[in-house]
Amino acid sequence: MNSLRMRLFVTLVTATGLVWLAAIAWTYVDSRAQFESILDRRLMEAARMVDSLFTPARAGAARQAGGDGDALARVVSYDRHLSCQIWSLDGRLIGASDGSPDPVLSDQHEGFSNRVVEGQAWRVYALSDPAKGFRILVGDNLGQRRQLEHGLVESLLLTAGCVLPILAPLIWLSVGRGLRPLNRATRDLAARDADNLERVETGRMPSEIRPLVDALNRLFGKVAAAREHERTFLAYAAHELRTPLAGLKTQVQVAMQAPGAAMRDAALAQTLRAVDQSARLVEQLLTVSRLDSGGHRAAIAWIPVEERLRDLLAGMGSVPQPERVAFAPALTELEVQMDEDLFDLAMRNLMENALLMTPPEGAIIWDVALGANGSAALSITDEGPGIAEAERAMVIRRFVRGSRRAKLGSGLGLSIVTMALEHSGARLHLDGRDGGPGLKASAIFGPGLVRRASPATARL
Amino acid sequence: MRILVLEDDPVLSDGLVSGLSLHGMIADCVATCGDAMSIFDATHYSAAILDLMLPDGSGLDVLSHIRARDDTTPVMVLTAIDAVADRIAGLDRGADDYMGKPFDLGELAARLRVMIRRAAGRASATFAWRDLTIDLSGRLVARAGVALNLSRREFALLEALIERPGRVLSRSQLEARLYGWNEEIGSNALEVHVHNLRAKIGRDAVETVRGLGYRIRKSRA
Repeated sequence: MNSLRMRLFVTLVTATGLVWLAAIAWTYVDSRAQFESILDRRLMEAARMVDSLFTPARAGAARQAGGDGDALARVVSYDRHLSCQIWSLDGRLIGASDGSPDPVLSDQHEGFSNRVVEGQAWRVYALSDPAKGFRILVGDNLGQRRQLEHGLVESLLLTAGCVLPILAPLIWLSVGRGLRPLNRATRDLAARDADNLERVETGRMPSEIRPLVDALNRLFGKVAAAREHERTFLAYAAHELRTPLAGLKTQVQVAMQAPGAAMRDAALAQTLRAVDQSARLVEQLLTVSRLDSGGHRAAIAWIPVEERLRDLLAGMGSVPQPERVAFAPALTELEVQMDEDLFDLAMRNLMENALLMTPPEGAIIWDVALGANGSAALSITDEGPGIAEAERAMVIRRFVRGSRRAKLGSGLGLSIVTMALEHSGARLHLDGRDGGPGLKASAIFGPGLVRRASPATARL
Repeated sequence: MRILVLEDDPVLSDGLVSGLSLHGMIADCVATCGDAMSIFDATHYSAAILDLMLPDGSGLDVLSHIRARDDTTPVMVLTAIDAVADRIAGLDRGADDYMGKPFDLGELAARLRVMIRRAAGRASATFAWRDLTIDLSGRLVARAGVALNLSRREFALLEALIERPGRVLSRSQLEARLYGWNEEIGSNALEVHVHNLRAKIGRDAVETVRGLGYRIRKSRA
């Protein structure tokens, strides 16, 4: 039962029905008690009336008449529900009303009692009159009493039975009416096409629905932002992929049409360069998508920083003048805890950037600054043009390059470094170089991710 | 024909410089919008090729900048973003043509020639001057039906002068049309080219206007 309307309807109808039933039950219990007391009082009064009307002389006459109850009957037959017996105190039946059972209604001398006589339940009031010498028994057929009560309950049930079918459609309609704004919003949303991410108008919406619609609007906002991000990403990716292709095609066409060997060779050299650039870009795009999809399986270990950085540097093929890279003494015995592949990825990118940006005579230095709380900033400082402070936050984003781009930059490098570091709980911080142009890129490791190996361990 | 190329990819801009030179055009390359704007303010170009995504902004900003100065230099937008909406935006901002990357060098050169021709108010790509026929797109010159063999510089010189017969072009204007930035210009190189051109198309075709420069006489004069 997923329809809100159906749910509300059933709840309301059930609740109404239960209220009716409770009312009926209460009325039944209450009126039954009142009935009992009223009818009991009537029994008493009837007995007293018979007592006052019935004299011993009449009793004698009645006796002589040999049970002819005409007079008596005239006196007492005011109600078919009631039966009356008059017994002499010595136990003879003096008179009885029409339809009263033959056996004695009660053997009690005074007061009320419930008896079953000839299979029927009776409520009997006994009144003894020693002065006149007889006992009057007035009985009320309990079956008839019950009928009276049942009649009342039946009429109540009948009313409820008539009212509920009338109430049900009214409830159904008013629930529907109450839910109309929801339906309107639903129709509004259903009629949208997939590109429409505008806010849903909340102006006249009831306060119950507004939080939902507000949440929906916030979601729309997020989706629109994500879509915009995707769009710019695609535009950048298209630019970054097509530009080297255009370069390739142009250079190949130049080589084909070149009148001289020198021009052809130059074009072919450029072609080679464009291929290298594209290959590097594809590599980086694949890395980004691997990191994005979370498909990387972590192999977290304590990494001896200096040793690993030297290995990385030695493994770099085509960078200009790797001997420009220096290592500060503070790096000895420093170890950081990080995924090994991601460490390589991040540090290789940072080192490549530094080598590409720094002029041939410039220096590049790896250093570490230990924080008081046990954190460490592993930094590489180059003497390249640096990145303007305003641009630093931007270059971390994908495909965004500084205005002084490297010859091989794709705009993905720093974004890859950021992702690799963040996967391992570290982060990237960019700063200027002290005393001159240049960039200081720091990987900041939190406390617990850094330690100094003891010399013994380091040698192992 | 001297073309300004705004493109930040070194391989592509190098390719454009040599590729356009094969089509008799001289290309100057800049890599940032800022450089492009200051060069536009200082130099006259036959046409410009603008990339859209550059480190310091969009080529469309450069386009708006030059159009704001009532500069009618024909502009070709060359970019990887070639969604229809972007193309329309580019054309509406004042671009004359639009090509998506990667492109064909020959088509780019042809479109540049069309843009330049249209900007000069001509519909045809051929000139007739006295007994000369000059086909700018095929880079052919014939004299009385006999094809002439002109060097690249000679053709560029003839092309510059023939655009508007009767107009005097100064030495520096001609040098700007013939040479790119980083080309060495010998002190009498222009005179040598003028001399060679005269030898091929007729002594009196190119007239020296003392102290001012050179011109080609109007054909009916």
